[in-house]
Amino acid sequence: MKKYIEGSMAVAEAVTLCKPNVISAYPITPQTHIVEDLSQMYADGVFKGQFVNVESEFSAASVCLGASVTGARAYTATTSQGLLLMSEVLFNIAGMRLPIVLTCANRAISAPINIWTDHSDAMALRDSGFIQLYAENNQEAADLHYQAYKIAEDKSVRLPVMVNMDGFTLTHSFEPIDMPTQEEVDAFLPSYKPEHYLDVKHPMSFGSMVGEDGYMEVRHYLEEAMNNAMPVIEKVSKEFQQKFGRNYGIFIDTYKMEDAETVIVAMGSVIGTIKDSIDLMRKNGIKVGLMKVRTFRPFPKKAIADCLKNIKNVIVIDRASSVGAGGILAGEIRAAFYGNTTVPHVNSYIVGLGGRDITIKTITDIVGGFANVKVQDSQFVELDKKYMQFGEDYLKTV
Amino acid sequence: MSLNHGAILKAGSSINNKTGNWRNTKPVYKHDKCTGCTTCERICPEGVIYQEEKKKFNVDLDYCKGCGICAEECPVKDIDMVSEEK
Repeated sequence: MKKYIEGSMAVAEAVTLCKPNVISAYPITPQTHIVEDLSQMYADGVFKGQFVNVESEFSAASVCLGASVTGARAYTATTSQGLLLMSEVLFNIAGMRLPIVLTCANRAISAPINIWTDHSDAMALRDSGFIQLYAENNQEAADLHYQAYKIAEDKSVRLPVMVNMDGFTLTHSFEPIDMPTQEEVDAFLPSYKPEHYLDVKHPMSFGSMVGEDGYMEVRHYLEEAMNNAMPVIEKVSKEFQQKFGRNYGIFIDTYKMEDAETVIVAMGSVIGTIKDSIDLMRKNGIKVGLMKVRTFRPFPKKAIADCLKNIKNVIVIDRASSVGAGGILAGEIRAAFYGNTTVPHVNSYIVGLGGRDITIKTITDIVGGFANVKVQDSQFVELDKKYMQFGEDYLKTV
Repeated sequence: MSLNHGAILKAGSSINNKTGNWRNTKPVYKHDKCTGCTTCERICPEGVIYQEEKKKFNVDLDYCKGCGICAEECPVKDIDMVSEEK
């Protein structure tokens, strides 16, 4: 049934339909509405599990870890500083192979303090062992949660999943969302049956110390699990399409790629703007297409290299930067071609940090200004000179 | 010891981690002035000091990390920390 609801409400309802046993989260902008809606559903008796109030994100993640090792299905949501505060626990959750689902309402990281969207938070956790999926719109954001638990709890995977949705742009915007019934979700997502869990009758030890003799092997299992997640993500996406009729691509999705000479690569809510820009540019005879990266971890090297192998120019739009190395998605896209004989020109653009609007003009300017030369450094797009006088004057004095 | 995917082990697994090889110096009991006060047994952070007789204690060197707290705290200095060289 279609409902006209806020993105956060759609996620809260989707999470409730997944029937987690334990939810623990701490409110932080722009994730707040998700937690607010979930706690309202808990108070109203719609959500029948446990809702544990905590005093910080570190505790929220710890409660989820503890709940998960007892065999419960656990859920949390956070963003930005909250995600960073959770980070120590998140690495543990992945290392202990606990299939927790976390919604990250993507937001910039301080300093300077900024509550608006970009991907810096999730990117800082890209090496944590969490599967990372990125939503383009609110329908996809909601739908990713049913899929996330199924992927996470698969016996060959058993990894936590981070569902990423851009703060405000998605979390606070209203769209008509198709919400499935409880019966439909139950038929798609069976209840969680872990192989190991804490039980006083059969004592187990989670997070045991493993010395130099076995640590590397356990970390290798983690890498292997990420590889195993590839076919599982594919299987789950296909089953989702069969049951619910919606398809977002598996690892990547494409738009107007036929005959394209230039392809824009991006993740998250900016995809919608890029599609509109492409429609406009195509009217003017510019052969441009789009590749959306939906699954960032595990990184779909093969799907990306196959998709872009005959493309001349690739423009990567990054909403985060690895300070000292530039666009993160761009770097990984370039690495995906390693060993290939034909390699496209991949230019890297940093856009929309801290909620800076990415307009159709931003995209058409990037494509229009794309020089047919290899530029190694990432370029910050649309820097506003009026904010840069002090900085430039200072540099002259040193 | 074979490890499963999350290094999830049956309870009591720390018995397998013989931490004795972390040690530089080992406690050696002189068994001379001991008054049987039990301080060393109580303050050992690893719980590897045990009582053999009324005024005689010893240490399980499989797990002793050689921190030296027992020697430091012994009121009659009946424990020496001795360098181990192989």
